[in-house]
Amino acid sequence: MGWAIALHGGAGDIPLSLPLERRVPREATLRRCLSLGIAALKANQPPLDVVELVVRELENCPHFNAGRGSVLTTNGTVEMEACIMDGNTKSCGAVSGVSTVVNPISLARLVMEKTPHIYLGFDGAEAFAREQCVETVETGHFITQENVERLRQAKEANRVQIDYTQPSHGDTPPQPTSADNGDSQIGTVGCVAVDGKGNLAAATSTGGLVNKMVGRIGDTPVIGAGTYANTFCAVSATGKGEFIIRATVARDVAALMEYKGLSMKEAAAYVINSVPKCHAGLVAVSANGEVAMPFNTKGMFRACATEDGYSEIGIWDTEVEHNFIDLKS
Amino acid sequence: MGGWAITIHGGAGVDPNLPMERQEQAKAVLGRCLEIGIAALRSGAAAVDVAELVVRELETDPVFNSGRGSALTALGTVEMEASIMDGRHRRIGAVSGLSTVKNPVSLARLVMDKSPHSYLAFSGAEDFARAQGVETVDNSYFITEENVGMLKLAKEANSILFDYRVPLENTCGTSAGSVVTMDSGMQMNGLPISIYAPETVGCAVVDSQGWCAAATSTGGLMNKMTGRIGDSPLIGAGTYACNLCAVSCTGEGEAIIRGTLARDVAALMEYKGLGLQEAVDYVINERLDEGKAGLIAVSNRGEVAYGFNTIGMFRGSATENGFMEVGIWE
Repeated sequence: MGWAIALHGGAGDIPLSLPLERRVPREATLRRCLSLGIAALKANQPPLDVVELVVRELENCPHFNAGRGSVLTTNGTVEMEACIMDGNTKSCGAVSGVSTVVNPISLARLVMEKTPHIYLGFDGAEAFAREQCVETVETGHFITQENVERLRQAKEANRVQIDYTQPSHGDTPPQPTSADNGDSQIGTVGCVAVDGKGNLAAATSTGGLVNKMVGRIGDTPVIGAGTYANTFCAVSATGKGEFIIRATVARDVAALMEYKGLSMKEAAAYVINSVPKCHAGLVAVSANGEVAMPFNTKGMFRACATEDGYSEIGIWDTEVEHNFIDLKS
Repeated sequence: MGGWAITIHGGAGVDPNLPMERQEQAKAVLGRCLEIGIAALRSGAAAVDVAELVVRELETDPVFNSGRGSALTALGTVEMEASIMDGRHRRIGAVSGLSTVKNPVSLARLVMDKSPHSYLAFSGAEDFARAQGVETVDNSYFITEENVGMLKLAKEANSILFDYRVPLENTCGTSAGSVVTMDSGMQMNGLPISIYAPETVGCAVVDSQGWCAAATSTGGLMNKMTGRIGDSPLIGAGTYACNLCAVSCTGEGEAIIRGTLARDVAALMEYKGLGLQEAVDYVINERLDEGKAGLIAVSNRGEVAYGFNTIGMFRGSATENGFMEVGIWE
């Protein structure tokens, strides 16, 4: 028992050769957000508030694909989505197609608390944001030069594929070019937390997929796919959205505990193994303070900490920074 | 192998005072759509094709709340949503926020077959519809006179229910007249049952090869906020199919989403070893909390099942061995 927190900044084909300028700021953000979450849990903030707080910080970081730093649609626009869920009440809120809201996760929280609905999308979500007076900005705020370049490269890769590799590529999604360092499709952010009383919450936020069609909805805002929490566990998933939706990844971790009696670690591993290789990762915490962070991709930006003093920040399987620090002071 | 089976619904949560004439009309539509599905299955059609075909028919008929006859948003517009899932390879397609597409379920099918994504919404979904050349019509095509009247009543009832918290029958006797009779105080989604538009449509099919598929389509909730997304397009909530079963849900969308109702029927079979009807009963009893909903399901062995905790669900089912049933009440 005890509190626990885990967060992620996306899973995918992260090359071991990831340049330092892409790696260092992300690790620093993970570390900073982890500390923030730990401090909030120590101050007895409810897990629902903690996951919102941490995801807001991750959204504000331009190096992850959520909030500022969101990847661009095929039209060069930003369409963000987010979802939050409380384990005890199974209350939840979600938004899609948000283009001016600084912190989509907080809008999702407002949908949960201030509307009779769970999920608002596009113009209706924007109108609701204005009605609730949340902070909004010009959509240009979210667009980084790096993502403009990623979109250009994705379009080029797409065109090359369509023009020159006709025969067998009907269903193959465009592959990232070597020039974009393989990290263009990742960077969704999420956080799960549990307090010492076993209260659980999960939150996930994303800009989606580079070069996505306008109007595309991924797994992040779909309850049971990218985000889920109940009294057993809280889960936030990341990866290829279409695969995560069809495998109902987040709900299945909980369902395996509930219906098959698996431990959370077993359940999380089982679900990740059931998704095709290189497609998904997740972070999860259980009611009694366990943490799991499995992925079947090359890497996943992730961090976690538990009340007994364990903490971890990592990207790949091999290079994990383990820390056993005394957090009880 | 148990042979083919099909089950359909036209929504859960029926006004017990629904005029007999409307009941007969609904049953006739259910019977006709069921026959279309049966004929297709007999001719060897695949489950996913049959689910799409039958839901198209249900959408096209104005009796139910999907396609033509969809419920209206608070602004008086129509925003339709639909999803389809093929249990074979668990392929999926979904759409939300459609305002001109005549058959939303077929656009969901095209998202599944022709786009790199599995879910498109609002203007992006409309653009995709145009790019695919599907049949579109003016938004007014979907808006029926009856639903314009219902929206007006819903707004009146809402302002009464939410603003003043006084019993409806004491205040709206003259304005709402005979339609709003709150004798039972029955409500769904914060609306009196007589105004609540329950008639989401759905279909679950297993074909003679044992492949399962499900499809669901809806206009959503009467007087909903624009942009509101319900359970129907959400895989695992309103719709789910895998190699074991296919499920389509209807009712209070928010409760269905929280309960991941459709996936849980399958998860109970997969992870707990329950039979189809047991799994259906379990989710209705244990996964809805206070919510009101119903669902239909088929298994890969050719069984059909349904469950609901509302008063009534428009439904029908048939199996290869000659069983056929159309019903509304328990």
